[in-house]
Amino acid sequence: MTANSPNSGEDRSSLWKPNRQASRRVEMLVKLIFGAFALVSVATTAGIVLTLIFETIEFFGEVSLLQFLFDPQWTPLFSNQQFGIHVLISATIMTTGIAILVALPLGLMAAIYLSEYASLNTRRFLKPALEILAGIPSVVFGYFALLTVTPVLQTFIPGLQGFNALSAGLVLGISILPLVASLSEDAIYAVPRSLRDGSYALGATKRETIISVILPAALSGIVASLILAISRAIGETMIVTLAAGQNPTPGFNPFVPVATMTAFIVQVSLGDTPATSLAYKTIFAVGMTLFLITLTLNLISFWFVRKFQEKYE
Amino acid sequence: MVSEMQSSMTTDTVFTVRNLSVYYGSLLAVRGVNLDIPKNQITAFIGPSGCGKSTVLRCFNRTNDLIPGARIEGKIEYHDQDLYSKKTDPIDIRRRIGMVFQKPNPFPKSIYNNVAYGARINGYQGNMDELVERSLKGAALWDEVKDKLKESGLSLSGGQQQRLCIARAIAVQPEVILMDEPCSALDPISTLKIEELMNDLKQNYTIVIVTHNMQQATRVSDITAFFNAEESLESSNKIGFLVEYDLTQNIFHNPQNKDTKNYVSGRFG
Repeated sequence: MTANSPNSGEDRSSLWKPNRQASRRVEMLVKLIFGAFALVSVATTAGIVLTLIFETIEFFGEVSLLQFLFDPQWTPLFSNQQFGIHVLISATIMTTGIAILVALPLGLMAAIYLSEYASLNTRRFLKPALEILAGIPSVVFGYFALLTVTPVLQTFIPGLQGFNALSAGLVLGISILPLVASLSEDAIYAVPRSLRDGSYALGATKRETIISVILPAALSGIVASLILAISRAIGETMIVTLAAGQNPTPGFNPFVPVATMTAFIVQVSLGDTPATSLAYKTIFAVGMTLFLITLTLNLISFWFVRKFQEKYE
Repeated sequence: MVSEMQSSMTTDTVFTVRNLSVYYGSLLAVRGVNLDIPKNQITAFIGPSGCGKSTVLRCFNRTNDLIPGARIEGKIEYHDQDLYSKKTDPIDIRRRIGMVFQKPNPFPKSIYNNVAYGARINGYQGNMDELVERSLKGAALWDEVKDKLKESGLSLSGGQQQRLCIARAIAVQPEVILMDEPCSALDPISTLKIEELMNDLKQNYTIVIVTHNMQQATRVSDITAFFNAEESLESSNKIGFLVEYDLTQNIFHNPQNKDTKNYVSGRFG
């Protein structure tokens, strides 16, 4: 102890020569380096958005907004070009809608089970298992939909075609299930214990506590996870391209081949469409539409969480 | 002293605790507690941290059951009912024995629904508006919130939130209210309001309060139980036990036990 005491005799100040000048320079350098890396991601995003904007402006130089919104068909690759984006949007809505119908109830119930009912050991095993599901490549899900789910569905849905929105949507739902379950579980698990205790102390059962206290308290997080899942489903490409087909069909028939926005972009990007042609510029207009939809969803999610998130100490 | 104690005990006994020990897993937390809680009185549990006073309190409405691994030995009777018998439904017990917690924990619902929630889940068939008003009046909160019943319970101040939690507890018309350090998160003025409220509530309810604050025990309680803790021989945890149990004035002015005397005179704890 005496060796460390400041009064141990010898003049200790001579042993302490911090180089404040040098450390300040290093701090500054480190800050610059990290700042530069942070800037890379911002710059990349800005670059992508700018490219989208410029190409989209060029596209609308040749095709009017009215055509884009109201043409009855989507045939930019044919000689009789029509640009009714709703044909692609309806396919995206269909696959996404079916996916959410699968993922929301299953994901939410899984989340409630994991957070409220599962024992510590079950939870310790199940949660990583669920997250492994999230690690399966989407191309595998796509083949699974095309080669397994569709034939099974065809045994009891006679009119179902080889490519269809139903099968793609169902498997898309399975693929986003871990996202919904994991994020909802985080939100439910984060509800303070004191609220559960308060409810039980009034003579509430577990079910009443979950439905009337825990879920409302976790609502903002659950909605945020749902919106993130919708964004993911809208942007998902591989499953819908493989299983729903690439055939732009207007309307909402889940049994026939359709082309989602993402599937169309893949089709044009993979094909030999010349980079200067109007058909090629179309994919940027579609990409822009996709971007605007997900941006809107993210803004809604941001607003919702801000407005409805309960602050607990 | 003893005769005085007994004379005040001629009223009904609500809880009879016999040789109660509480375990968390294999760890003994509280050993061998014997005491009686009289009806329409305020009983205070005091003692240093880790002496098991909150643990014993939580046994009365079986909220310890919610902690995995918690179990008891010995017996607690609520009137003539064995609280821990297999036939006893903890859900039913908790409706009759309400609880107010250390930190105010209103639900993220409107003020109205915070109060109505307990009544609803327990199948209350009467006029809900009246019940909410009566409960909020009973918790001395009505005048402050009657114009904003639709606002969130979380928008209230800490002291108001705690009184909302009291209103919520009395809305299900319990017989007993357990209070686990209900004022420890509150400022002195809010604390005073809650203490006054407890005095009113005593007419209709039996109250058991855990408090760290000895002045609070002398101000509000009729009877005081002093708990202490000893180091466990086998493990590093503390084991709580009941030292002395008497009329509050005796505990503070004429304690029989040396440790009680040292504690109430502020020498430790």
